Amino acid sequence: MAQKQYGTATVEVDAEGFMADFLQWTRDVAAAIAKEEGIAELTAAHWKVIDYIHKEFKENGQVPSIRKLNKSGVISTKELYDLFPGGPAKKAAKISGMKKPEGCV
Amino acid sequence: MKRLVILGAGTAGTIMANLLRRRLLRSEWAITIIDRDNDHYYQPGFLFIPFGFYKRADIVKPRSKFLPRGVEFIVSEVDRIDPAANEVVFQDGSRIAYDYLIVATGADIVPSETPGMLDGWRDTIHDFYTPDGAEALAEKLKAFPGGRIVIHVNETPIKCPVAPLEFAFFCDWCLRRHHRRDKIDLVYVTPLPGAFTKPVASKALGKLLEEKRIEMVTDFNAERIDAAARRIVGYDGREVPYDLLVTVPTNMGSEMIERSGLGNEFRFLPTEPNTLRSKKHERIFAIGDATDLPTSKAGSVAHFQAEILAENVVRAIEGRPLEPAFDGHSNCFVEAGKGKAILIDFNYDVEPLPGRFPIPVLGPMPLLKPSRINHWGKLAFRWIYWHVLLPGRPIPFVPSRMRMAGKRRPAEESGGGAK
Repeated sequence: MAQKQYGTATVEVDAEGFMADFLQWTRDVAAAIAKEEGIAELTAAHWKVIDYIHKEFKENGQVPSIRKLNKSGVISTKELYDLFPGGPAKKAAKISGMKKPEGCV
Repeated sequence: MKRLVILGAGTAGTIMANLLRRRLLRSEWAITIIDRDNDHYYQPGFLFIPFGFYKRADIVKPRSKFLPRGVEFIVSEVDRIDPAANEVVFQDGSRIAYDYLIVATGADIVPSETPGMLDGWRDTIHDFYTPDGAEALAEKLKAFPGGRIVIHVNETPIKCPVAPLEFAFFCDWCLRRHHRRDKIDLVYVTPLPGAFTKPVASKALGKLLEEKRIEMVTDFNAERIDAAARRIVGYDGREVPYDLLVTVPTNMGSEMIERSGLGNEFRFLPTEPNTLRSKKHERIFAIGDATDLPTSKAGSVAHFQAEILAENVVRAIEGRPLEPAFDGHSNCFVEAGKGKAILIDFNYDVEPLPGRFPIPVLGPMPLLKPSRINHWGKLAFRWIYWHVLLPGRPIPFVPSRMRMAGKRRPAEESGGGAK
């Protein structure tokens, strides 16, 4: 398991940079991962998504799918792509300190 | 008299009816199975119809033929499950009470989930996940003058996740045989980062696409389809033009699950991954494509789950703790064209790996590698499906739980991501 330095924090990450231990996650770590992913600043809209992911994870033990984010009324899929350009499901999960979402087989 | 009700007489429901009729005393337990019609399709056969290998009549039989004596079969539309009352409600308002319920209502394509998809439906946009769709596509392919065929996976999870790859391989093979391959471009568009979800298989299957000169567009999520201009528009702004779009639309569970208020955002039933009991209701179990489990939506999975679920239903009835034995085992033949097929075998934790199956070293089937014997295996499977799988008989050498014996993990690829 690799380690990564974000500011003063050292966190365990997998081969693709997803955090291995959510207990090491802080808002500062999130901001640092976001920078690496090309998101200069986490806005209130980003935090709304991150908070929802955390809430879902606490309740169901799962990272919500894009469809669920859309259906729950938190954010439309189009806006999600604007906030997390490229791959919103993976990027949002990474910044939220979640493991890589299981692409269902 | 107590009653077990099974919703859905497809692969999973039919196997459960057969297994449980043998295990539950007829003097104590009635078993009722409900479906909306009496047509049981051998779903792996849909893939073969567009290429003229099978006709519809080759893959459909009456559901009733595969249900054992002592099981009541009702053909009717179910409106909803009423879990508070332990009753199933039919659309005419009548009700049937259950002591235990097994939900085996499967998954279906829902093209209306993607804006614009229905505008070109069965014109320049086709599917092969329904008998009507597969037949319409056969006609379309026969008359297709040339151009760009785009094979598209809209959203995961889908039933039989390798089927669109098989379709691409078959397309390439058939076009070559008819000396038309040079006139036609084949493009494979997927929301995944590669050909498959798991890294080792993704690499092997991706290489096969490359060899067959099938262009791959990855990480593509369709926002809408512009049927008039014949192009798929992605959320990230990318566009993929097509002359013929062969799509696997979003797959969802039964609307009945949604009407019952029991589904997740895909109308799949939240299910305990190892015991197959509903996460919310003690008297409800789920099996096959209807569950939300992170394993393949495939007949082999339903088969592997069935024995474990039968044991757990009996344990629940007897008031004993459930056996948490399901490991996500999945197994499928992937047609690769040219009379060869690839076999993959995996579970929740172990991705598809190379090796031999079902007997270590001896095989005779090689894993994750195209071979003729795997193709024969796939063709023979139609017979096995009707005569061994549906009646709930064990398949020799193939246990419900996955085995590591005979498999090897390529050293350089372990721990790598799906690339």
